Amino acid sequence: MTTETLTMGKALNLGLRRAMDDDPKVVLMGEDIGRLGGVFRVTDGLQKDFGEARVVDTPLAEAGIVGTAVGLALRGYRPVCEIQFDGFVFPAVNQIVTQVAKISARSQGRMRMPVVIRIPFGGGIGAVEHHSESPEAYFAHTPGLKVVSVSNPVDAYWGIQQAIAAPDPVVFLEPKRRYWEKAEVDLDAIPEPLFRSRVVRRGDDVTVLAYGPMVATALQAAAAAAEEGRSLEVVDLRTLSPLDLDPVVDSVRRTGRCVVVHEAQVSHGLGAEIAARLTEQCFHSLEAPVLRAGGYDVPYPPARNEEEYLPDLDRVLDAVDRAMGF
Amino acid sequence: MSTTRPAFTPQFMREDGDAAPWTVLRPDGQLEEGARPTLDDAQLREACELMLFSRAFDEKGFSLQRQGRFGTFSPVRGQEASVVGAAVALDPQRDWVVPQYRELPALLRQGLPLEQFMLTFLGDPRGGLAPEGVNVLPIQIGLAAQLPQAVGLAWGLARQGRDAVVLVFCGDGASSEGDFHEACNLAGTLGAPVVFLLQNNGWAISTPRSRQSAAVTLAARAPGYGIPGSLVDGNDLLAVHEVVSDAVGRARAGDGPSLVETLTYRLGDHNTADDARRYQPADELESWAPRDPIARVLAHLRSRDLWDDEHDAAVRARIGRRIDEAVRTVEGVEPPGVDHLFAHVGEELSPRLARQRADLIASVETR
Ligand SMILES: Cc1ncc(C[n+]2csc(CCOP(=O)(O)OP(=O)(O)O)c2C)c(N)n1
Repeated sequence: MTTETLTMGKALNLGLRRAMDDDPKVVLMGEDIGRLGGVFRVTDGLQKDFGEARVVDTPLAEAGIVGTAVGLALRGYRPVCEIQFDGFVFPAVNQIVTQVAKISARSQGRMRMPVVIRIPFGGGIGAVEHHSESPEAYFAHTPGLKVVSVSNPVDAYWGIQQAIAAPDPVVFLEPKRRYWEKAEVDLDAIPEPLFRSRVVRRGDDVTVLAYGPMVATALQAAAAAAEEGRSLEVVDLRTLSPLDLDPVVDSVRRTGRCVVVHEAQVSHGLGAEIAARLTEQCFHSLEAPVLRAGGYDVPYPPARNEEEYLPDLDRVLDAVDRAMGF
Repeated sequence: MSTTRPAFTPQFMREDGDAAPWTVLRPDGQLEEGARPTLDDAQLREACELMLFSRAFDEKGFSLQRQGRFGTFSPVRGQEASVVGAAVALDPQRDWVVPQYRELPALLRQGLPLEQFMLTFLGDPRGGLAPEGVNVLPIQIGLAAQLPQAVGLAWGLARQGRDAVVLVFCGDGASSEGDFHEACNLAGTLGAPVVFLLQNNGWAISTPRSRQSAAVTLAARAPGYGIPGSLVDGNDLLAVHEVVSDAVGRARAGDGPSLVETLTYRLGDHNTADDARRYQPADELESWAPRDPIARVLAHLRSRDLWDDEHDAAVRARIGRRIDEAVRTVEGVEPPGVDHLFAHVGEELSPRLARQRADLIASVETR
């Protein structure tokens, strides 16, 4: 067993390295990913070891990056596109939504799109505009795309490799404010499957669902709630499309209460879809409506208003209180 | 009957290869043979002061950022002639500046208070608000998005019969985005009074200009949009002024848009979060030091007895006082508070947003 203590950024770096070692068809493309190693250094050292043909510093053109990846995929490559920040995926949305997502269906399965689009996402780092977005709902709403969000170094290490190996396009969301958080990663473990959610803390009173940056927040809320004698079950969704709600349904049937947490604006977000499905599947077990704790329905604000925007431990606990109050 | 004709070669392959940038001031501050400054003495001194202001603010901003008193920002350092030379070709009363994010002195020239700019980089929502009558758009972080907007702004002004011109900035990196090409093309079809000021500073973060485009010069793209393109020494205040004035004049006369590429150099880090030593070759950086745009203007002014030590000291002291005053002012600004989060999402606060606002206020109060 080889275990290393890794930050999430480093875990992604090692995961990418291993994927490139395993499959010569893996090609990394993006802005500043080569010599600089990306603005978050996730691709640090990879160009040096794999060469400029496999770790490609592209011109500054997100639509071009993803469109080129489509063409490469048609020749059997497995392109991994890095979008520098969440807010800069939007120039590429045409390629992602009208092309990447649809090519399999359009070609009746003949053309596969094993493209991975890595996006550092979410806020909490005091950045300027367009550097703190949570665009997951746009992609989850698009049939043909898989959407994954990792919350910890272990999932980051395995998840990126699994996403690259997957036959379909994956939007891979990396919570940028957790890049520096560390965990022990067993590099020889048998990984959990990619498109599965996971219970990360057992509890009986309320089921709290989170993904990406909010898993840590949900766990903090659970710890705080425990001190007041309240027992929260926390589920890391891990996969946003397809959603894996079986473990959630089991949990909610037991607790009868559920709070969905995300950093993204609440309205028309992932929480709404999850609430609808849980209402269908757990209607008779629910003691309270499925509640949501998330960002307010405003543009992600400048740094000085960031704390007020972001759902924190208190906002999660408020929702838990409301769920208990029904 | 046999005719011999040469084998076909594409017509537009070479023309951009040997284009030399327009220059007026040589690096030693002397005028090129036969060149005449397009700025009078007073304007030249004023422009030089603005360049010095910009450089001084970059230094202050870096040191404040290191102390945690200022956010991540991108200095103008090295590009002062490119920005100021273009800005002083405008009439701030009627013309507009549409920035990327590295053009502070152009915004100041238009009348934007330094405090406003600083608030943006302090993460304060009030930074986005330009005072009434200051013809600038907020800085643009989403690269190239400002370009088609500037075309629309110029087109709108023209439709309303104003003889106004829009000067829009972008970098060599941004010029690889689809929006750049769409904007240039649209401007050509509309004949919009816009000047695209493409600052080629050699780098887009770590990506060198040579990786950004296979074109030898970016200005050479212009004929493809049916608009004039010019290439200018971007570290030469007078050359930039002359070339941009020409483009502004044509736009004002109803002769449509132009593309101007300024050849300049980013003297150091992309921004306060960057470490350019990871990728910017030291010898390249050094080779640009003698071409410093400010030293060039100062040498010129001194050679013409338009600048002496006394004036220099007075200017620098004035700049220092103004910057310190702005720092004091912005540091005294109260935190924005909840209302800035909700108030301007749309014209009215929807009932749902009103409820979210009330929830937030209640939760802030109970903490
Ligand atoms: C659409 C978009 N993609 C990526 C970025 C991230 N980014 C910020 S600055 C920058 C480089 C810009 O280079 P250039 O346009 O040459 O301007 P410079 O910074 O050199 O002045 C990049 C890639 C962005 N802001 N917007």
